[in-house]
Amino acid sequence: MTHAGYLVAGWGISLVVLGGYALGLVRRGRRLAPRVPVDRRRWIDSPGSDRG
Amino acid sequence: MAGPDKRRDGTGSRGSRLLGAGALVSVAALIVLAFVATDADVRTHPTTGEEFGQFDAVRMLYLHVPLAVLMYVAFVVCAVASAGVLLRRTAWWDVTAYAAAEVGTVLCGLVLVTGSIWGRPVWNTWWEWGDVRLMTTLVLFLLFVGYLALRRTTTDPRLQARRAAVVALVAVLDIPLINRSVVWWENRTLHQQSTLAELKIEDLTLFTLMFGFLAFGLVAWWLLVHRFRVGWLEQAATDYDVAIALAERRFETSATDLDAAIGRRDNREDPV
Amino acid sequence: MTPLASMSGRPVVDVRRFLVDVRLVAGRDLWIEARSRVVVAQVVPFALLVLILFGFALDADQRTLDTFAPGLFWVAVLFSALLAVHRSARLEQSDGTLDALRMSGLAPLALFLGKATAVFVQLLALEAVLVGGLLVFYGVEVEDPVLLIVAGVLAGATVASAGTLYGALASGLGVRETLLPILLLPVLAPVLISATRAFDDALGVAAVDGWAWTGLLAATALVATVVGALAHGVLIED
Repeated sequence: MTHAGYLVAGWGISLVVLGGYALGLVRRGRRLAPRVPVDRRRWIDSPGSDRG
Repeated sequence: MAGPDKRRDGTGSRGSRLLGAGALVSVAALIVLAFVATDADVRTHPTTGEEFGQFDAVRMLYLHVPLAVLMYVAFVVCAVASAGVLLRRTAWWDVTAYAAAEVGTVLCGLVLVTGSIWGRPVWNTWWEWGDVRLMTTLVLFLLFVGYLALRRTTTDPRLQARRAAVVALVAVLDIPLINRSVVWWENRTLHQQSTLAELKIEDLTLFTLMFGFLAFGLVAWWLLVHRFRVGWLEQAATDYDVAIALAERRFETSATDLDAAIGRRDNREDPV
Repeated sequence: MTPLASMSGRPVVDVRRFLVDVRLVAGRDLWIEARSRVVVAQVVPFALLVLILFGFALDADQRTLDTFAPGLFWVAVLFSALLAVHRSARLEQSDGTLDALRMSGLAPLALFLGKATAVFVQLLALEAVLVGGLLVFYGVEVEDPVLLIVAGVLAGATVASAGTLYGALASGLGVRETLLPILLLPVLAPVLISATRAFDDALGVAAVDGWAWTGLLAATALVATVVGALAHGVLIED
């Protein structure tokens, strides 16, 4: 395979950045969630009932 | 109603978990398609028989092109939501605009990086000043870095929303002007390669490219949804804190009144 | 938001009063600047300093300076414009000036145009001094004075409008000094490119069609003024 270094760098950086950003978002959400009552989280239809 | 919710989940919901799983699976499938299933771009010169083309560097495009298109989608979403902020003045539009801008800026940075890494072997340079799309994208990136910097300042939230909306709309309106000026500016270098157009597009190549849109589309969608929820939580947390502080001030921290004040916003919470 | 809306009680739009308002705001800003002498004593010297620093950085090669003079000129103008915009925006911040202006029945559009005009006038003065600097320090020659003036006026108008809008936008924020440049300079990228090309032609540095670039500058100036006026109204209301 030609240009292997470039490909690894390009794909690697992208996946790491996207993954890191996603992880950061999840962490931010978990940190914030306890400060907000459940019924203010609009994506949870019925509090305490959903499971995933 | 079964006591306080102790789950560690903050921004997840059944839908978003499904979306996340779909995104992971399709990115994995895309990697297989891009690196195993498709061929390198190798063409043979009709008279000399010499081999030329992008060779394996073409595999970068399955990443780069979808990211670029999704970046534009994210910025369009941001512009629409910003117009929504000015017309409707609701938090929903504001949080959406912020989320789209942040996701768009991350994508934009990656587009610049992957483009640069791809350009090194194919154009033989990390940075091509003469390329219109490259320069337009760079200015766009800087515009939204400014937007995010403005967002990080603290001031009256309603004013903040309006200011940010103006910046986002100006940034998007600026794109045609930037593009036009760079198109003319670039002409003096006589350097224009429409590298995508000369690729030999085979069925599988095209399919992989399209699949790239799907895979990274799901990723971007997941990011947008979660970024929206984080923004929503941030706003709700601030509102909640303010409500508590107000209640404390107003009722001289009388415990029953405080509960009543909070209870109006949060009547599902067990008062005992 | 527009004079039409703010004077809805009147039978017709009073254009004359509107222009008086614009002149009043512009006059006030310019008067304060003239009294404080900051533009004369600091901003203009700063711009000349930037020109001279470029000279040092580029190793005092007359031909190099000649070639890059238009670009260096506009970079110096943009940097100095930031200072002028800062000062202009700060005027509205002290002691509820904005509230007082709002109460006075001044049309928001007149406020924007007045402030932009004041910045515009300062920029024109700055450009004039800097062209003098180019002639003296960089040894350039003006080949097409009309093009030079038209391009300078249009670019100045764009910078003044966009600057006034972003000045209002960043006002009241603790980090204004650092925020304003990163917000404003990317927006002005097309102006930098077009104005530099137009000056390339006007100064005979490069064979480009300066008037075509001036057309683009005119479009930019129009967009900046219209968008600036609309957005400024949104920012300062309530």
